[in-house]
Amino acid sequence: MAIHQQLLNEFQRDFPLSPSPYADIALQLGVTEDEVLIALGKLVENQSISRIGAIVPPNSIGVSLLAAMAVPAEQLDEIAEWVSSLPEVNHNYEREHRFNLWFVVNASHDGHMEDVLGHIQQRTGLAILRLPLLEEFHIDLGFPLEFIGAT
Amino acid sequence: MSALPFDPWFTDPRDLALFEALQEGLPLVSRPYAAMGERVGYTEAEVIGRLREWRASGLIKRLGVIVRHRRLGYRANAMVVWDVPDAEVSRVAGRICQYSFVTLCYRRPRRGSEWHYNLFCMIHGQDRERVESQVRQLIEGCEMTAWPTATLFSTRCFKQRGARYVPAPGTILPKPIQAL
Repeated sequence: MAIHQQLLNEFQRDFPLSPSPYADIALQLGVTEDEVLIALGKLVENQSISRIGAIVPPNSIGVSLLAAMAVPAEQLDEIAEWVSSLPEVNHNYEREHRFNLWFVVNASHDGHMEDVLGHIQQRTGLAILRLPLLEEFHIDLGFPLEFIGAT
Repeated sequence: MSALPFDPWFTDPRDLALFEALQEGLPLVSRPYAAMGERVGYTEAEVIGRLREWRASGLIKRLGVIVRHRRLGYRANAMVVWDVPDAEVSRVAGRICQYSFVTLCYRRPRRGSEWHYNLFCMIHGQDRERVESQVRQLIEGCEMTAWPTATLFSTRCFKQRGARYVPAPGTILPKPIQAL
């Protein structure tokens, strides 16, 4: 278990950019490369991690927008599922508010963004609250996990 | 040379394919960068070189294990918003970011009578009561008691994945060189 917790917590940033990164991690943890690969495979399989990859700042690859809609409760499941099916949408959450559906749209340029938003408004008949990022204050250093009963 | 999308990050047609492979996740094999390179037509050293450049130039903010907090028991995910006078936003945001339980903090526009909040932060916690007490701690600690606020807990996650480059319909992209 300990190796899984260390993999989750200690390698969220500065992942080794060397030819054999998993062997480097294994060396740090005092285990074999195979053990690291098996443990990571397990964590992906049980969906504790989504991937080993990159966090990219908003608006660096194309344009992105946080959007919200006030969806009538009886339509929420259907509309949420349809919004999630759009390739340009990468996050989609229900929140407790009059604006109950919150999603992030990623498009290649402003015209593409307008097309996607127009399509969503037309298809759902609902207005979209547009909340683009104006300023980012936090530096993302990863997500510190606390393990209950961890040693 | 014709301009590629997202110049200056992408200077070679293969960069788009490499970025796409990166957003899918590093393969779990002994030489992941070599495997990605084979897919997109770069050598292992070139892949490592491109990723180093992207990390140094800020396209990659963080490279590593991306956790799914909900699956790990962090189910109380709150978006906390405030209506802060414009002149105070930067100062207050600086104080909010001092709290380790705050994972993101942004300024966004107000939208008339529909939405009057301009400062956003995210808190991911294991239970709702604890997140609520963290919100109170923030409001008092950052002297924000005078400003309107709302806490929007998420109740369901329908989709969560890394940002992809999705070309607009009809876009013709430069073809990457086919790997042998």
